[in-house]
Amino acid sequence: MKIKILVLAIFYLIGSFNLSNAANSEKVDQISKNLRCLICQGQSVYDSQSDFALSMKILIQKKIDEGKNDEQIYDFLKSKYGEWIVYDPEINKNTVLLWVLPLILFVFGGLLIFRKVSIK
Amino acid sequence: MLNQIGNYSLYIALLSSILIIVQSPILLNRNNINVSGRIFSLISIQSLMIIISFIALIIAFIISDFSNETVYNNSHTSKPLFYKISGTWGNHEGSLLLWLLVLSIFLLIFTITSKNLSNKYRILTIFFQEIIILGFLLFILFTSNPFMNLFPIPNEGTGLNPILQDPALAIHPPILYLGYVGTSIIFSSSLAALISGSVNKIWAKHIKDWVLISWIFLSIGILLGSIWAYYELGWGGFWFWDPVENVSLMPWFCLTALFHTILILEKREMFHSWAVILSITTFSLSMSGTFLVRSGILNSIHTFANDPSRGVFILCFLFILITLSIFIYFFYQNKIKNNFAKTYIVSKETAVLVNNLFMMFFLSVVLIGTVYPIFLEVLNNDKISVGPPFYHKLIVPFMIPFLIFMAIGPNFSWIKDKTNRINLQQLLFFILSIIISFIFLKRVGVSYLFSLPLFIASFFLFFITIRDFSAKKTNLSQKISHFGFSLFILSVLVNGVLAKEYSSNMKVGDERKFLNKTINFESLIIDESKNYQSLQANFKITDKNTSINLKPEIRVYDQPQTITSEADIESTLYSDNFLVFNILKNDGFYNVRYQIKPFMIWIWISIILISFGGILSIVKKNG
Amino acid sequence: MVKNIKLITVVFLVIVSFFILLKGLNKTNNYSPKLNSSKIDFNFKAKFLYSDEESTLYELINDKDYSIINIWASWCLPCREEHPFLLNLKSLDKLNIIGINYKDKEINAKKFIKELGNPYSKIVVDPSGVNSIELGAYGVPETILINNNSKTILKKYIGPLDNKKLDELKIIIKNEN
Repeated sequence: MKIKILVLAIFYLIGSFNLSNAANSEKVDQISKNLRCLICQGQSVYDSQSDFALSMKILIQKKIDEGKNDEQIYDFLKSKYGEWIVYDPEINKNTVLLWVLPLILFVFGGLLIFRKVSIK
Repeated sequence: MLNQIGNYSLYIALLSSILIIVQSPILLNRNNINVSGRIFSLISIQSLMIIISFIALIIAFIISDFSNETVYNNSHTSKPLFYKISGTWGNHEGSLLLWLLVLSIFLLIFTITSKNLSNKYRILTIFFQEIIILGFLLFILFTSNPFMNLFPIPNEGTGLNPILQDPALAIHPPILYLGYVGTSIIFSSSLAALISGSVNKIWAKHIKDWVLISWIFLSIGILLGSIWAYYELGWGGFWFWDPVENVSLMPWFCLTALFHTILILEKREMFHSWAVILSITTFSLSMSGTFLVRSGILNSIHTFANDPSRGVFILCFLFILITLSIFIYFFYQNKIKNNFAKTYIVSKETAVLVNNLFMMFFLSVVLIGTVYPIFLEVLNNDKISVGPPFYHKLIVPFMIPFLIFMAIGPNFSWIKDKTNRINLQQLLFFILSIIISFIFLKRVGVSYLFSLPLFIASFFLFFITIRDFSAKKTNLSQKISHFGFSLFILSVLVNGVLAKEYSSNMKVGDERKFLNKTINFESLIIDESKNYQSLQANFKITDKNTSINLKPEIRVYDQPQTITSEADIESTLYSDNFLVFNILKNDGFYNVRYQIKPFMIWIWISIILISFGGILSIVKKNG
Repeated sequence: MVKNIKLITVVFLVIVSFFILLKGLNKTNNYSPKLNSSKIDFNFKAKFLYSDEESTLYELINDKDYSIINIWASWCLPCREEHPFLLNLKSLDKLNIIGINYKDKEINAKKFIKELGNPYSKIVVDPSGVNSIELGAYGVPETILINNNSKTILKKYIGPLDNKKLDELKIIIKNEN
């Protein structure tokens, strides 16, 4: 474990001389996988090599260095770009049906089967 | 010249379609008329005409006949012959003609192979199938005619999207369409069986083959699409929950459910209505898929053709078909024999119902996830993205009971399973799975909430499906498909947990350390090919004892000008080494992404196994 | 009776879906986000193109009543096209145009300005593109109109300016008081 941290630290030191040459940290990868590259067609920020995505990754790294947690970073981006940027829609009045409807259907279907089947 | 041939033959096909639709209600009332007479010849003529028009389009592509607008827009003389041919269906107009071709050929096959069934059922099936064909013919002729003349004739075409110039993607659409269109026969015949009151064993037996065929083609089609996405899109993933991928997955869930239901209908004369509903739904989903992909309503990497006016046509057509089938269903519902045979809780029948429940749940997750953003945007003007995290969160927790159930369900006997005692063997396997999963995850160091139960469930299914090969109870094709599925889930999981990735910006001569490997960017050369220039890199990956060379490319196509990244993948039975690089604006630097993907090849093999089970089932029955 | 209710429900759902999808078809794919807050909250520092000093955007927008922030790059062709419109806007007294030079080489950027004229009162550089992302930008070119007194974003254009957008901008600036 210690070695792992050391390796990461070395990467980071090398990277900080020239930010664009740094290997992205795992955290950045993890966050950028959940972001839509808004100027691409259906790619995530993580997958894209567009200018937009590259800058976004640097920004995420910067925010992590500032000590922001995942939630704060997502919120920041949502305030700038709207809900569209995150792949994982949060549950609010707009999306409650999205999350709940499949579950309701499952329960409903289960009840239907239960009624048909005799337990004896 | 070719354009005329294409146009005329399509109009003749249109005429035959109208003739059949007009004639069939008349023939329906005369009981002893031989269908294979008049209608059969009309169907043959129609298929022949559509084949001719399709061949005409292929020839136009081969000889680069730029008086044809479709060829002009999608081809180029410098393209290799193989991609000229595949270019025929690599565009909107051509792909619809392919749909039509498969529709009519399937109808012809249906007519030939259903001779021993009742006249009424056959004519009705032909009638509904012809309505679909008519719809497609009108759609093609009036909104997306592939035989439009272009004058003056240009000297050169504009080319085919280079991302489509790929062997897997060249055969991907035809295979997928065979799957989609196969469901049209299921749809027509289920409506016919409903009206003629013959939703029964015989129908089940007859339609089972069509279900299997569609299911096999759909599975292989999805497989090819995934393989293509894996090495061409250059992200190293194989499934992105992209709307276009989802669209092909939805009928697959439906078909899988339908197949299991049909088995019960055949053996036990149960679940008649449900089988009909599933048949209608399957085709509706296939058609909706075409609508969603072709109309450009989705925001996706794969939507290459965008034209809203065409979308309106498919949407209306889809709406008419669905409404029509709903009314037919409710009107003739009473004709369905209701079998009130008792279903006991531990029985094969219940097992199939539960399978269906899960399939419908997975289907609803994918369906809602795909169309919800469209609905929300229209109703509320809010735009949201629904991506992988959503699908994972909803599907993964349900996968666990599903896998366990899939392990024990197929071994239940019909009507009522007598084994009340706990199966000792199963219990042993279950304990073994717990131990293996625990040790495995401990060593790997993964601690997500659902990983442990998910691994336990999939190992359990894996062991049980292997054990089942020694049991006599079930048939071989089922064993293979189920084993394939367990292998699939296990490979995906192991791949997901063990995959390692390294990404960095490098220039020629750079060296990077990753895990215990060294990545060397050795050289970069420029190469000229027939229709593109390429930048070939040579990377050397050195391990303690071994070293491999990976040569990814960046291609610059001239017609149309596009840059693509071609990953280089070294596949072994244990793991894939995947390397792709991209140009950056920083001079001399390239973004290099290196991935180690364990058991990748087993994902493909397992899907082939799943499909092979289906093929075996058809061959065994007819052989 | 139950059967009829079922039928009506299913048909109703199908019809509703039909109209929703029909409306969805006519939507353009152009997307401009609803801003959760139109208050400007960017306090990052950026270096000037023509000197080594740094400044925050807050300091830059304080001169006049309105500011336009224009994100551009010398390698971006549409930026070349929209440049005359920016020069045109320069004549407005109440307006202050700030350029953000996006992921560019300094030499090229300076050449670009020398060639086509300088509409900007100040130009800051954004070599990594991070500042533009903080502004909520998508790429180049992009133009943001700000009311300096209330510190709010009045208008945002993704893509190059044209005659229509120019008129719109002028009207907004004229009518705001």
